[in-house]
Amino acid sequence: MRIVVCVKQVPGTHDAKIDPETKRIIREGIKVVINPFDTYAIEAAVQIKEEIGGEVIVLSMGPSRAITVLREGITVGADRGILLSDRAFGGSDTWATSYALSRAIETIGDVDLVICGKQAIDGDTAQVGPGIAAHLSWPQATYVMDIADINSGSLTARRMHEDGWDLCAVKLPAVITVVKDINQPRVPTLKGRLAAEKQEIPIWKAADIGADPERLGLNGSPTRVVKTNPPQGRMKKSVVLDGPVEQSVRRLVQELRQRSLV
Amino acid sequence: MLTNNAEAREEYRNIWVVAEVLAGEIQKVTYELLGAARGLAEARGSEVWCVVLGNQISSQVDALFHGGADVALVVDDPSFMNFVDEDQATVLTRLIRTHKPEVVLCGATTRGRALIPRVAVDANCGLTADCTGLSIDPENGDLLQTRPAFGGNILATIRCSNHRPQMATVRPRVMNELPVDTSRTGRVITGKLEADEAGGLKQILKVFQDSENSVNLADARFIIAGGRGLKGADGFKMLKDLAERVHGAVGASRAAVDSGWVPYYHQVGQTGQTVQATVYFACGISGQIQHLVGMQSCDFIIAIDRNPDTPLMQLADVAVVGDLFEIIPQLIKEISRT
Ligand SMILES: Cc1cc2nc3c(=O)[nH]c(=O)nc-3n(C[C@H](O)[C@H](O)[C@H](O)COP(=O)(O)OP(=O)(O)OC[C@H]3O[C@@H](n4cnc5c(N)ncnc54)[C@H](O)[C@@H]3O)c2cc1C
Repeated sequence: MRIVVCVKQVPGTHDAKIDPETKRIIREGIKVVINPFDTYAIEAAVQIKEEIGGEVIVLSMGPSRAITVLREGITVGADRGILLSDRAFGGSDTWATSYALSRAIETIGDVDLVICGKQAIDGDTAQVGPGIAAHLSWPQATYVMDIADINSGSLTARRMHEDGWDLCAVKLPAVITVVKDINQPRVPTLKGRLAAEKQEIPIWKAADIGADPERLGLNGSPTRVVKTNPPQGRMKKSVVLDGPVEQSVRRLVQELRQRSLV
Repeated sequence: MLTNNAEAREEYRNIWVVAEVLAGEIQKVTYELLGAARGLAEARGSEVWCVVLGNQISSQVDALFHGGADVALVVDDPSFMNFVDEDQATVLTRLIRTHKPEVVLCGATTRGRALIPRVAVDANCGLTADCTGLSIDPENGDLLQTRPAFGGNILATIRCSNHRPQMATVRPRVMNELPVDTSRTGRVITGKLEADEAGGLKQILKVFQDSENSVNLADARFIIAGGRGLKGADGFKMLKDLAERVHGAVGASRAAVDSGWVPYYHQVGQTGQTVQATVYFACGISGQIQHLVGMQSCDFIIAIDRNPDTPLMQLADVAVVGDLFEIIPQLIKEISRT
């Protein structure tokens, strides 16, 4: 089984800043982390490998420093990593990103399963996983909370929905996106760290994945961010209730009643 | 589809809403989207179409007209009983190619977010997730899509000038339904599933609707959430008791979920759900940034904490200082009395 895990390096939540020109998030010079959901995707892949054998490849698109998230993946059990890094990828929206990743997956070849986190915490779109599946014309299972069964031809997974879950079987190759419920990512070991430090991580450019330049980067992105604003602040007229309990509760009920909630 | 000149764009007309059908019922978010679509259609001088892929849904079509649709494009097929995103995407893409809508709106639910990105890729058009504002640019008729990014730290406005249709998802409870108008009528266009459109790539083996823990947080108007301050599963029992009495949904901080007091799908925040309730009532949650990003856009926030200085108490519209083990029982008593 050959499994590709797509991982993304994202800015830490506190540090969001916007480039006034491109209106995109400034990614230079701020603290970056692996997208937390992707750690569950890596763990899911490594568990499958441990169970039925195979190879786990971590794949990321980003600037050269995104190599650190690939090393993180190798530290916890991925066999190798590939970084897609090229100016041509710059400014990609989810359409172009999923196109580039799908090209890389085709270039890797013989991939049975692609695993992504359910979404990245910077964009929060959840569009790249299904986008990759669509570009490859593969089936998908999103918001996977449990992999019930996997063999060379199919995968059975529980998909989380707002109102419960369903159990679906998809033919492989397929793309799945996973939620936090699926596992508990392992703690990195020293041995894993050493293995990761030693690995050469190839950097692929647009030409290496046979991508159509018209579909990459800004050119290939149907959407444009035209402006960004800070959200409107909350109207501050807080009420602090710090008197006796009975009094606070009476006031609280009043507040709820005004909103027809009780 | 790439439409990089005005003429090509002119071919695309009407505002579509993709209905969310769950267990045979068209969901509320669909009517909310119809409300938003109505305003856009008026600005564009075009029609609102509601696309329904479902099983035995014809009886609900009138409600779509009452809620603002001019046309219901219905594909009724037993295979739509369950959610097979691949097949639905294939059908939807074909309908888009045939009828050429200008805008396609879909609920940002787990199902909508699985389905629509596939369609956007297949139809070669742009897609903006989780829009909180939609309007028409009066200059050129483009759809202006506003969405929060970075857990609500930024609002971005996005447009998609050279591709049609322009696609967007919207979370439940963000847009407003129109008042039901039973005098409204509309046209029904019946489509059908074509032979090769059931791709056989996915089989649904089992569907589980979680009625006991039914926490459609994204859909909830009133959320009562608990954190580490509840001290254990018993504390959550008390919270659930309160929630039941006021028809609220139960939310939780990650600390409470990680302690095993309440299942994950109650979790609000960066690694849980983002919610947009009318009222968010937090009990014993300090409000670390990862929690706040999931709930700070709720309209009205109430917090109980014995520490008045927590981030959530600072953010709250009503901050109740005190011991929640005294306050909540008293609140339950007070509500039951009246
Ligand atoms: C990558 C990452 C992702 C994360 N994602 C999430 C997420 O999605 N959602 C999330 O919630 N967290 C998330 N967290 C965790 C977050 O940082 C906090 O640790 C967590 O939210 C704290 O939960 P809490 O507020 O319930 O607990 P605490 O911070 O311990 O707060 C408990 C509060 O209860 C009050 N209290 C205690 N006893 C009483 C009493 N008797 N009466 C009244 N008040 C009382 C205390 O004063 C305190 O303010 C994430 C963290 C990381 C690093």
